[in-house]
Amino acid sequence: MSLKMWSLKKSVWVFHVNVGACNNCDIEVVNMLTPKYDVERFGIKLVGSPRHADALLVTGVGTHQAVIRLREVYRQTAKPCVVFLIGACACGTGIFKGGYHVAGPVDEIIREVDPDAIIAYVPGCPPKPEAMISGVVKVLSAL
Amino acid sequence: MGAIFEGKGKEMSNQLMNILFWIIIVPGILVLGLVASWIVRKVSALVQWRVGPPLFQPAYDVMKLMGKEILIPQDAQRTVFLTAPLVGLAGTLLLSLMLWRITVAQTAFVGDIIVAIYLMVLPSLALILGSSASASPHASIGTGREMKLVMGYELPLVLAFVVVVIKTAGSVGPGEQLSLAAIAQQTPAFSISGMLAFLAALLCVQAKLGFVPFDIAEAETELGSGVLMEYSGALLAAWKLMHALMLVALPFFLVMVFLGGFHATLPPAELGIPVVIAALMVFAGTRLLAARSKFMDVLSLLIFIGLCVWLGLGKYVLILVLLILIKNTNPRLRIDQAMKFFWVYCGIALVAAIILASIGYYYDIHWL
Repeated sequence: MSLKMWSLKKSVWVFHVNVGACNNCDIEVVNMLTPKYDVERFGIKLVGSPRHADALLVTGVGTHQAVIRLREVYRQTAKPCVVFLIGACACGTGIFKGGYHVAGPVDEIIREVDPDAIIAYVPGCPPKPEAMISGVVKVLSAL
Repeated sequence: MGAIFEGKGKEMSNQLMNILFWIIIVPGILVLGLVASWIVRKVSALVQWRVGPPLFQPAYDVMKLMGKEILIPQDAQRTVFLTAPLVGLAGTLLLSLMLWRITVAQTAFVGDIIVAIYLMVLPSLALILGSSASASPHASIGTGREMKLVMGYELPLVLAFVVVVIKTAGSVGPGEQLSLAAIAQQTPAFSISGMLAFLAALLCVQAKLGFVPFDIAEAETELGSGVLMEYSGALLAAWKLMHALMLVALPFFLVMVFLGGFHATLPPAELGIPVVIAALMVFAGTRLLAARSKFMDVLSLLIFIGLCVWLGLGKYVLILVLLILIKNTNPRLRIDQAMKFFWVYCGIALVAAIILASIGYYYDIHWL
C-alpha cells in the first residue's frame, strides 16, 4: 500500500453535495460530527470546498437542475476521491423513480463524467450515522 | 603539538554540534507547529465534549494533501497562485527561525521588533495575493475581508509594541530599545499599561491566526473556505504548514515581547528544546505503538509539563490555551464589527496605555 493511500485513509475530508434531497439525510450527515459520534476521531472533517475534499457525500435524487452542478463539483474535486451516495434516493432514486424532475440515478451521472469513479452506496431513508460510518470503514478497507 | 590538535578537535566537534543543531531545528519547529495545531483541535474537541483527533492527525493531513492532485482554476493568474503559498511559508519560517535564534541559540544576531512586524505581515499578504489570483468569487470576498482585517489589526499591534518600547526604555541599554533580545529580558506585562497592551496584542494575534471571532476571511459556513477556496493538494498543504508555523511563531513573539522570554537556566539552552521535543516524541511513540498504559501516559505527560515549567515554555502553552478558549467561546464577528473593535475599543485602550506608560516612565513608577 502506498504512503499516499495510507495517509488518505487516515484523513478523509468530506464535502457535502445536496442534489435534491428532502434534508433528512443532510441532518444525519451533520449528526456524524456531533459529540455522540464525533468522526473527527478518525480524521474525518467536513470542508467547505470540493477542492479540499477526499470524499463527496451526495444526497438526493439528482434533479435536472442539480446534476449540472454535481458534474461540475465532481470535476473540481481533487483526485483521488471517493463518492458516497447517502440515502435511498441517491442510491437508486427511491420513491421518485420515473418522476418528471429526476435526471437519473446519481451513480450513472457520475460515471458519465468519470467511468472509473469509486462509488459507495449507503441505503436507508435516512441512513443512521452508524450505517454511514460503517460504509466509510468498508470503503476505506477495500481501497 | 598535542595541545594544538586537541584544540582543533574540540573546535571541530563544536562546529559539528552547531551544524547538527541547525539541521535539527527546522524539523523541530515543524514538529512543534504540528503538535500545536493538534493541541488546538484537541482542546476545541474537549470544550465541545468530543474526543477529538489523534496526535498525528495534522501530520496525516499534510501528508495526504502532498499526495493529492493540484488543480489550478482556468482563469487564475498561475504564477501568483503557485508562488503565494511558498512566499507565506518562507516568511513564517524566517520569522520562527529568527525567534529561535534569539531564544535558543542566543547569538549576537540583532533581530529587532520592526523586522518581526514586517515578517508577521507576510503571511496575510501572501494569502491576499494567492486568493485574489485564484479567480473565484468566494475567494475574492474573502480577500476583501482579509485586507480590511489586516488594516484593522496592524495599527493596534504596532501601538501595543510602542507601549512595550516605552515601558522597557529605561531598563535596556542605549541603542537597544528595539532589539528583541534586550526586550525579552524584561516583563512589561506586569504593569497596568503593559497588561492592556498584552491583551490587545493577544486579540490581534487571534485575528492574525484567523481564529474564530476573527475568522471572517475564511468563514467556513458562508464562504466555503473563503481565501483558501481554490487551493488543493500540495499548495493547500503549504498553507496548512504556514498556519502551523504561525501557531508557534506568534505566541513565541508575544512571550518574548510581553512576558520576559524563555529563561532556560539549568541545562544549556541548546539542549533544552531538543529534550522537550524528545519527550514529545516519547509520548507520541507510546501512542503510536499502542503501548498505552495509563502509567506511561501520565509519566510522559508529567515529564513534559515539568520541562515546560522548567524552560519557560509554560508561558507559550498559557498563551496557546488562552487563544483556543477565546476561539471556542465566541461567535464570528462581521467585518465592520471587527474593524470597530480594533480601531475604536483597542485603539482607545492602547492610547490610554501609551499615556500611562509615558507617565510611568517620566515619574519612574514601574507598576503604571
